[in-house]
Amino acid sequence: MTHSNIILSAKGIGKYFYEPEKFKVLTDISFDINRGEFVTMIGKSGSGKSTLLYLLSTMDTEYEGNLTFDGENLTQQTKERLAVIRNEKIGFVFQFHYLLPEFSCLKNVMIPALKLGEYSREEIEHKAYKTLEMLGLKDQALKSASKLSGGQQQRVAIARALINDPKIIMGDEPTGNLDTKNTSIVFDIFKQLTSEFNQTVVAVTHDNDFAKASDRIIEMADGRIVG
Amino acid sequence: MKKYKHNIDSEIAYTHLFSKKKQTLVAALGVTVGIAIFIFMNSLMNGFEVSSVESLFKSTPHLRIYKNDALSKSLVVSTDSSKINLISNPKITSESKKIVNPIQLLKLIKNEPEVVGVTPSVSGNVFYKNGDSEVAGRISGVVIEEQNAMFNLQSYIVDGHYSNLSDYQNGIIIGVGIAEKLNLKVNDNLTVTSAMGVNKLMKIVALLQTGNANIDKTLAYVNLPNAQQLQKQNPSYITDIYVNFKNYEQTKSYISKYQQLTGYDIEDWETANAAAAAANKMRKMMAMAISMSIMLVAAFGIYNILNMTIMEKLNDIAILKALGFSGKDIVKIFVTEAIIIGLIGIAFGLVLAVILINLMSNMWVGGDVGFFPIRVFPKYFGIGIVFGLVVTFLAGYLPARKAALLDPISIFRK
Repeated sequence: MTHSNIILSAKGIGKYFYEPEKFKVLTDISFDINRGEFVTMIGKSGSGKSTLLYLLSTMDTEYEGNLTFDGENLTQQTKERLAVIRNEKIGFVFQFHYLLPEFSCLKNVMIPALKLGEYSREEIEHKAYKTLEMLGLKDQALKSASKLSGGQQQRVAIARALINDPKIIMGDEPTGNLDTKNTSIVFDIFKQLTSEFNQTVVAVTHDNDFAKASDRIIEMADGRIVG
Repeated sequence: MKKYKHNIDSEIAYTHLFSKKKQTLVAALGVTVGIAIFIFMNSLMNGFEVSSVESLFKSTPHLRIYKNDALSKSLVVSTDSSKINLISNPKITSESKKIVNPIQLLKLIKNEPEVVGVTPSVSGNVFYKNGDSEVAGRISGVVIEEQNAMFNLQSYIVDGHYSNLSDYQNGIIIGVGIAEKLNLKVNDNLTVTSAMGVNKLMKIVALLQTGNANIDKTLAYVNLPNAQQLQKQNPSYITDIYVNFKNYEQTKSYISKYQQLTGYDIEDWETANAAAAAANKMRKMMAMAISMSIMLVAAFGIYNILNMTIMEKLNDIAILKALGFSGKDIVKIFVTEAIIIGLIGIAFGLVLAVILINLMSNMWVGGDVGFFPIRVFPKYFGIGIVFGLVVTFLAGYLPARKAALLDPISIFRK
């Protein structure tokens, strides 16, 4: 592991969609993100910001160019290794919550930690409760994930992304489904994570206030970084 | 880094199975039906097969050793031109049907490793008489215990017991057809007249019914000495030696060996019952073809229903992958689910198969068959279990591996 201050580095990233016809979504994207930075990505629909975020999160491996994350070249890794990296170092919040409907909220939050196996089951449970409490969901912990409202599910998904203390938290409109009060809770959590725990946050958002309050804004248009 | 092993993969598999009990049961039922029908149909075919072979070997040994009628040479041509050529009328030689030194030969055959049963027999043509009525037939002098061991004689005895023959020296077991024609029953007497002109008064000790009218109307069993006396022969006179092997299907390969061993004519069951043997072969091929088709249909059915169960979970697979579960984890989760569904399905399938077989074995067919000849063949239950496990494993493994290789995003995008 390097001691470089750069956590994530993109060099010359390009990406094509092949359906319905060949189309270049991302063109020559290069940037660095520092440890502890709170970065938001903005841009119109179809500007490629979500696509870029998926590439950064290692969930999409079809691209040109080179990605380096925490001193490791992602582009050359096997899928098995990428899975380990996602589990250990990346927390991802989808636009749609994507919880596992058969499990309770608590279990949903615990699953990535149980997979990682760094702590005992009791410790993980305790930590999951604490995270849910922080997001105002302690009472809902034992309910089935499918029984919650959209906003509650979204917050459970955020708790799940935080459980393994990831080096980087990525969100595809993580506050899209949240009201003002909860949005500000989430924002404060992200801010606290970056400033106090040196974790990094990269979030795609349409919310200009949310973006303005972040450390840095990357603006995208037509598959390129414009600002 | 990895200090604890939480076995989360199995936990997810169990949760999937238990949270959707109905779906799990429907999938298991798919396996159940496949396995049950596979076992049932195979047992059906095999039961039928076994019963056909049994009925074939009711009266036919695997191998018959006998001496054919031999004609005296009608023309002996001398090579020396100064000598006279001998011409005579061709006729059957007096020693023709006799097997020489049969006791020795029986011992020799009995010591061969592939032989399970061997018995001597004397057969001849006779008339059965009761008062004025008479019936022509074939009498067979046998060692009754050995005969019963080889042909399961007792199963065709409808009145009396085969062993009565060894109690009564002058006893006779006759076919029900003869008994009907001559109006006789067990413990009645009848006169047997041989072609040699010998008359014997014999006591009926049992009646037999093979279901084959030709046999039931002509055949009678007596003790060996009586048959020899009817042919006016001494106690070393034997016309046939019957041999049974461990595996009747290998009879053909033994023919030349026994020809060399004995020096007599050999007839195997396939030659003796060419039509039945051909039918037997055909049945076997049919059974194989049907068994294969059922296997294919059952496998496809099981594969389909499990595949569907996994495809419904495609979104969950993508979520798990996004959370850092590797392809191997995904495969493990879904193979675990498939195998558990398979085990439940197989267990029910075995029970259902036993029920079906029991129902079928209570169906009355009639004739000499009786109830439908189906029973529990452990072999097919074994094959059914293995088959079920292999198919459910593949039905879990193949689609799971396919899904595991995808990028999570490519699943979400669909």
